[in-house]
Amino acid sequence: MDIVVCVKRVPATDSKIKVGADGKSIDPAGIEFVLNPYDEFAVEEAIKTRETLGSGSVTVITLGTGDSQKELRTCLAMGADKAVLLDASGLPGGGAGLDACATARIVADHVKGIPHDAVFCGRQAVDGDDSQFPSRLAALLDLPCVTEVAKLELSDGRYRAERDIEGAREVVDCPTPCVISTNKGLNEPRYANLKGIMAAKKKPLETIAVSAAEPATETTGLELPPERSGGKIVDSVSDLVAALKNEAKVL
Amino acid sequence: MSNIVVIADAREGKIKKPTLEAVGAAKELAGKSGGSVVAVVVGHQLDAAKQDLANSGASKVVAVDAETFAQYSGDGFARAILEQLEGLSPAAILMPHTAMGRDLMPRIAAKLDAGLVSDATALHFEGDRFGATKPVYAGKAYKKSMATRSPFLATLRPNNWEAGSGEGAEVVDASASFGSDQLKAIVKEVVSAASDRVPLQEAKVVVAGGRGLQAPENFKLVEDLAAAFGPGVAAVGASRAVVDAGWRPHREQVGQTGKVVAPTLYIAVGISGAIQHLAGMRTSRFIVAVNKDANAPIFKECDYGIVGDAFEICPALAEAIKAAAS
Repeated sequence: MDIVVCVKRVPATDSKIKVGADGKSIDPAGIEFVLNPYDEFAVEEAIKTRETLGSGSVTVITLGTGDSQKELRTCLAMGADKAVLLDASGLPGGGAGLDACATARIVADHVKGIPHDAVFCGRQAVDGDDSQFPSRLAALLDLPCVTEVAKLELSDGRYRAERDIEGAREVVDCPTPCVISTNKGLNEPRYANLKGIMAAKKKPLETIAVSAAEPATETTGLELPPERSGGKIVDSVSDLVAALKNEAKVL
Repeated sequence: MSNIVVIADAREGKIKKPTLEAVGAAKELAGKSGGSVVAVVVGHQLDAAKQDLANSGASKVVAVDAETFAQYSGDGFARAILEQLEGLSPAAILMPHTAMGRDLMPRIAAKLDAGLVSDATALHFEGDRFGATKPVYAGKAYKKSMATRSPFLATLRPNNWEAGSGEGAEVVDASASFGSDQLKAIVKEVVSAASDRVPLQEAKVVVAGGRGLQAPENFKLVEDLAAAFGPGVAAVGASRAVVDAGWRPHREQVGQTGKVVAPTLYIAVGISGAIQHLAGMRTSRFIVAVNKDANAPIFKECDYGIVGDAFEICPALAEAIKAAAS
């Protein structure tokens, strides 16, 4: 089974976000970038599938700039076979103006040319929190899709996927080829060991310059939420209940 | 005349508050942009849903009611909705940011080659353009985007708009051009969670526990405190630390790589307040922190803090809340 995994380089979740000089994007100074945490589950699931079946391939693909090679190497070190960097550095702002619509279009155009029995993606990237890419990609590739998958079983070329919805768990039957977006809880992503890191250096990483796709939205501003001023410390449970009742009026 | 279309989340034929809020938001938006509000619902046995939508403030309800759609299918629902959208000339399309909305709307947006802002907390109409503001980095910042072409789509964060109301909208029954043999990914089974508690992101009150509770069995304190608010009011949340430790399921995790919540009241018990957790709950209307450590960062983000032992405070607070409620 050939699996394509779409990944993204994002700020680590413990980053403190500051607005950049343009007022539309973040100030990257001092921020550590990592593989999107939800993508780790996608990479792990793909590698596990190849190991279980004893055949097939895992190709990781990202849209970014040269910096994203680090995250692709991380995936190769975990055990992916090859990597593709869709290089947006030739686009205005290094592709900063690409929205989910344009991103999915560019990636879909390239995934079409890679053999795939399944495409895995993280449920959302923890920068834009869009959760749009997997379903958009599926629509553009004309594939069925199951999003936010927390349990996945493959038999006879069909997936049985479980996903948490409001107050319940859904069990979805889905044929392959398909797009699966992965949620936390699906598996325990492995850490790259030294052997993996050494092997990753020799694995193929192909860079393809991409041409622009027309975004359907433009970012016009980025703002930080107002700071909270710090709480009032109350001395007892009865003071707390009184405050909730009389000041906050929530009881 | 262009319309504002609301796509209903009618899981099991039921219209819940997030969909009614989307109709409320659509009416507000139509007040600025012009056009009327049309609700589209796909499912099976939709009599109650049609009634609820007819009284939601929409001018018109279009219902595709067929056994084919008794269970959710992303590809099937998207196709049925796209067929209906053709005749509605939508300028904007809204849906609640529920599990169904997150799955379905990007699919529709891609087929329309249109822009979508997901998890929007505000909608805009400026000049002749639609747009929306949404939290990014789990709420550490807010991004405003405007559409560069039509139509414009948004999924709306629950608990952010007033539910719409009205009466007697025209209800049109429509049908899909295809049958169940055309569906690919299909829901086979829905296993309801054992508890009767409200979903985390819809709850008015969230009581969340962290590592300060010391052991998984001590989450009973948090569960009892949530239960004290009465049935259907409070949900239980958890910090990443206790989810990673396997004490609680991931569906309860609040914060980045978990859920972002904004209830009226958020009570953090034994949670120190890591930046990832704060991002997920800081827009709650009132935040109460219970922690032994007076220097815990959570006290900077809360409205009311109480420094002390959760094992004493939680039961006492539960009793007091029960007393206040009765």
